[in-house]
Amino acid sequence: MSDAKKFMYINRKAPYGTIYAWESLEVVLIGAAFEQDVSLAFMDDGVYQLTKGQDTSGIGMKNFSPTYSALGDYEVSKIYVEKESLEERGLTLDDLQHLVWEDEDEDYAEKDSIRLVSRAELADVLAGQDVLFNF
Amino acid sequence: MKLTIQVNEGPYQHQSADTAYYFAKAALEKGHEIFRVFFYHDGVNNGTRLTTPPQDDRNIVNRWSELAQEHNIDMVLCVAAAQRRGIVDDGEAERNGKDTTNIAPGFRISGLGQLVEGGIQSDRLIVFGD
Repeated sequence: MSDAKKFMYINRKAPYGTIYAWESLEVVLIGAAFEQDVSLAFMDDGVYQLTKGQDTSGIGMKNFSPTYSALGDYEVSKIYVEKESLEERGLTLDDLQHLVWEDEDEDYAEKDSIRLVSRAELADVLAGQDVLFNF
Repeated sequence: MKLTIQVNEGPYQHQSADTAYYFAKAALEKGHEIFRVFFYHDGVNNGTRLTTPPQDDRNIVNRWSELAQEHNIDMVLCVAAAQRRGIVDDGEAERNGKDTTNIAPGFRISGLGQLVEGGIQSDRLIVFGD
């Protein structure tokens, strides 16, 4: 892992109005095979991607939201959610899926993947990345 | 510097296809190396040879093809995005039973791994799109 780059996927758009969210997730899943240091960020309308109870039966589109809960199995354990983006939309962490990953080093203890960060904190996280994929 | 360029938007609909092209051209003129141009989302529509813009407008697709041929640039259309949007090469036509192909010269269709590899191998990944 020493040569691994810090890859961050930034998700800024609501899940179904455009295809960006779904095709971003496809990059994350494929990219997991490359063993980089991956994290995801959700900001602006992108926070809607993680909401619980999505139902797409009325619009004839695939509900891909269950895929987020599989990210832990792809060793994606760092999911940053911007606090201000949630607040501006009247959302709280309770409105989002509970995403977890299993820590191999601690007997597969289940840990939270979502890290709630302020806009300023997220800016620092972004500044520390090598590669930013912006969706 | 070694660069990978990602183009997320279709031609004519969105300025990104133009700015990505001008960026690529300027970078080459300054002596930078382009490791790959990767077309994703509607960006794959930059690679259809069936485009027929009005004569007094720029031909975005031909412009990419010429750039690729002149500078030997690897230009990749994402296969999943291309399948959704009907961009077809010989391999895809055979695999999916299509009666024609429409990929423009200088482009090839491949997987998302090519984008991730671009991020790993390049000094900078530059994304054009909304």
